[in-house]
Amino acid sequence: MATTAEGFDIHDHGHDAHDHADHKPGFFARWFMSTNHKDIGTMYLIFAIIAGIVGGAISGIMRVELAEPGIQYLQWWAQFMGGGNDLNTALHMWNVFITAHGLIMVFFMVMPAMIGGFGNWFVPLMIGAPDMAFPRMNNVSFWLTVAGFISLLFSLFVPGGTGPGAGTGWTVYAPLSTSGSVGPAVDFAIFSLHLAGAGSILGATNFITTIFNMRAPGMTLHKMPLFVWSVLVTAFLLLLALPVLAAAITMLLTDRNFGTTFFNPAGGGDPVLYQHLFWFFGHPEVYIMILPGFGMISQIVATFSKKPVFGYLGMAYAMVAIGVVGFIVWAHHMYTVGLDVNTKMYFTAATMVIAVPTGVKIFSWIATMWGGSISFKSPMVWSMGFIFLFTVGGVTGVVLANGGIDDNLHDTYYVVAHFHYVLSMGAVFSMFAGFYYWFPKMSGRMHSELLSHLHFWTFFVGVNVIFFPQHFLGMQGMPRRYPDYAEAFTFWHQISTYGYYIMAGSMIFFFVNILYALVAGKKAEANPWGEGATTLEWTLPSPPPYHQFETLPVITDAHDYHDHRPATA
Amino acid sequence: MKKAILAAIAAGLAAFAPVSVSAQVAAPAAPVVTEAPAATPAAAAPADDVAAPAAATDAAGGYTPMAPTKGKGMPTSFEEDAAKSLTFQDQYSDNGEYALWMHDVILMPVITVISLLVLGLLLYVVVRFNRRRNPVASKTTHNTLIEVVWTIVPVIILVIIAVPSITLLARQYETPPADAVTIKATGYQWYWGYTYPDHGDFEVVSNMLDEAAALKAGEPHQLAVDKRMVVPAGVPLRIQTTASDVIHAFAVPSLWFKMDAVPGRLNEKLLTIKEPGVYYGQCSELCGARHGYMPIVIEALPPAEFAAWVKEQGGSMPGEEAAAAAPAPAAEAAPEAAPAT
Repeated sequence: MATTAEGFDIHDHGHDAHDHADHKPGFFARWFMSTNHKDIGTMYLIFAIIAGIVGGAISGIMRVELAEPGIQYLQWWAQFMGGGNDLNTALHMWNVFITAHGLIMVFFMVMPAMIGGFGNWFVPLMIGAPDMAFPRMNNVSFWLTVAGFISLLFSLFVPGGTGPGAGTGWTVYAPLSTSGSVGPAVDFAIFSLHLAGAGSILGATNFITTIFNMRAPGMTLHKMPLFVWSVLVTAFLLLLALPVLAAAITMLLTDRNFGTTFFNPAGGGDPVLYQHLFWFFGHPEVYIMILPGFGMISQIVATFSKKPVFGYLGMAYAMVAIGVVGFIVWAHHMYTVGLDVNTKMYFTAATMVIAVPTGVKIFSWIATMWGGSISFKSPMVWSMGFIFLFTVGGVTGVVLANGGIDDNLHDTYYVVAHFHYVLSMGAVFSMFAGFYYWFPKMSGRMHSELLSHLHFWTFFVGVNVIFFPQHFLGMQGMPRRYPDYAEAFTFWHQISTYGYYIMAGSMIFFFVNILYALVAGKKAEANPWGEGATTLEWTLPSPPPYHQFETLPVITDAHDYHDHRPATA
Repeated sequence: MKKAILAAIAAGLAAFAPVSVSAQVAAPAAPVVTEAPAATPAAAAPADDVAAPAAATDAAGGYTPMAPTKGKGMPTSFEEDAAKSLTFQDQYSDNGEYALWMHDVILMPVITVISLLVLGLLLYVVVRFNRRRNPVASKTTHNTLIEVVWTIVPVIILVIIAVPSITLLARQYETPPADAVTIKATGYQWYWGYTYPDHGDFEVVSNMLDEAAALKAGEPHQLAVDKRMVVPAGVPLRIQTTASDVIHAFAVPSLWFKMDAVPGRLNEKLLTIKEPGVYYGQCSELCGARHGYMPIVIEALPPAEFAAWVKEQGGSMPGEEAAAAAPAPAAEAAPEAAPAT
């Protein structure tokens, strides 16, 4: 089996190479003490799918509850989780659900899948590296994330004030999260963020080191595939933003347990300070969740259009620009806290600036397709769905960017619709696109195109039926994080809940497809996608050998960034 | 239900079409007066909701809560009025009208056109550049001109949006005049307290009505309260917000007003309600278990009736001359702030 790029295997190892490259440790050592980037990537993906099922099930509980005005099922859930039978506990349960849904989807589904899963799998493959720079640290990152998830799940079963679990929202605003929530649940939720955050910081340093030091000879930064660029920018955002979150939530912990008053006005602190710190992390965080998606979409659109990415440099530096500007717009999440008028004007202007590099990316993807010879394989249809839905989510972002307009929309369902369009349709569509794109490479088996297309169309309809009506609810004034509502909101809530059923049903196609592929899927070739797939991972067999690129591929000057493959000998 | 879903989808598409946008713009000019003499057992609720309470006051010598007008100051359901349920509530403050105008006339058309442009380009690409129609892909990877264009044009669009946006912010942050009526809203877990520092500093504690009581009073449940925040209409109000425990947010959609109530802080903003009416709002910052159960109801009364209400609460007006002068600034304020439609 070739351990180097095709056509570059100048040493004829024959069968010896096979043995050496494919020597795998035993089960426990391989999966619990793993140092192999592909194994760790696989574990991250499985972990993200499990977390996604939990987070998605919680959103199902919420949508079912919201199908009718009044409280239908929360009391049952409160008792199920070990709480009392009174209304306050039931309503607290609601807050626990919104908190858990947000934290799970952000920290334990999107981030592990994008960065831990696809990043780990394909950054080394795409830059021609044998593994990540710090393989053991890579393993630590993964298990810290798992520990964080366990800590969060544990928090659901211990007292958190008016009932079991942390009911603070994923933003954990003080003083609701300090004096407002007695009991260990919030401490465990905060600790979960510490663990996941530490894992991400370690992962980020690992990616930065890998990308800067382990690129194949000849692969300059400007010849790197855009997915690698996207992970590089993401890693910098993680490295700069997460320590601020860590500081903020540590202050929460000391406010809660050690009598400090960072966020308590009675002791000279300020609750708004917490929001500044949180969103200084929180806004880059939303780009952390979407940038790797941008990278994947770029690879996929180019592959299936059989055309190089249009405006490569513009695409790469648009991501850098989004990353930089992403750090100076945080207070648009806080338009109603009582900001100074000049501050609000600044953040309005700065926020709108983000639309420019984002627009460059959208138009460049379309220009990549323009003149192409497009085949509509499953990754491509997901990518096209992404481009349109991300645009819809983006333009409502331009509406919300206006501080004066946001005075009405802030903390309403309009905001919920907006960020689900960019995340639940943006990030998630790009993840499914990436999954169908690389599944044959990772597993060595082809999935069913029919099932993937069915999955796409039903999912597309489902999520739009869920979230489009939420714009209407928001404009009519329906606030976020409400378990109950005035009767006037009933109709659109009902439609939204029907959408959830469609979406949940569509996931059947996804799981059946994976099972089908693993059990009966056709064997995947090294490059199942044809001439458009020009990055290094397609020069390796599917699945790649346990250790790859023991002889490094060399990217010659004759190759510019449109073709990342080594020169054929 | 199938029919309802289809109708919903059609309505959703309609909301995206520029046609309906202009319809929405026209709406405030000719308010869709669902002249619903809503089955109000609370009596004393004739269609003319302005005069009614005055009569009630004279007759009984006491304040009677004003009956709400359907579709005014409250959300509208799809069944009542499908078009209205798709957009913002009608606005009853100058800044609200300006913001609504900006949304309907500038933002909504711009985002609709951009979304449709991207959709159109994608569909064109699908039809024109699929593998069958176009078997040989071009090798184009650069076009400096078009890259410059799609950078500069969005910048221009954003500058066009920024002008009214900054204007709106400037208006929202106007300092209340010295004689503005001050009302301090304090968020508690889980109810609101309204104090009137200019009128003897009495406090009105406002709790949500349960469903039965709300129905009995002819008000929307989840929105109705026992004691309302009563204010004079047409007069500048200095709304202050703070909280005693955790962060709450004082929000009234039909007045385009939302301001967080933060413990240890006093936020302040000018609000002028154009006409008498009942305006519903809800707490808009997660504040614990009963976050969804602490609604806000503002009842705007003609200044004279407001004064009577203040007396009834045991408060006092800030002096005879001031009370007499109160309506004057309102008359001045109204015409100048008419929205630039």
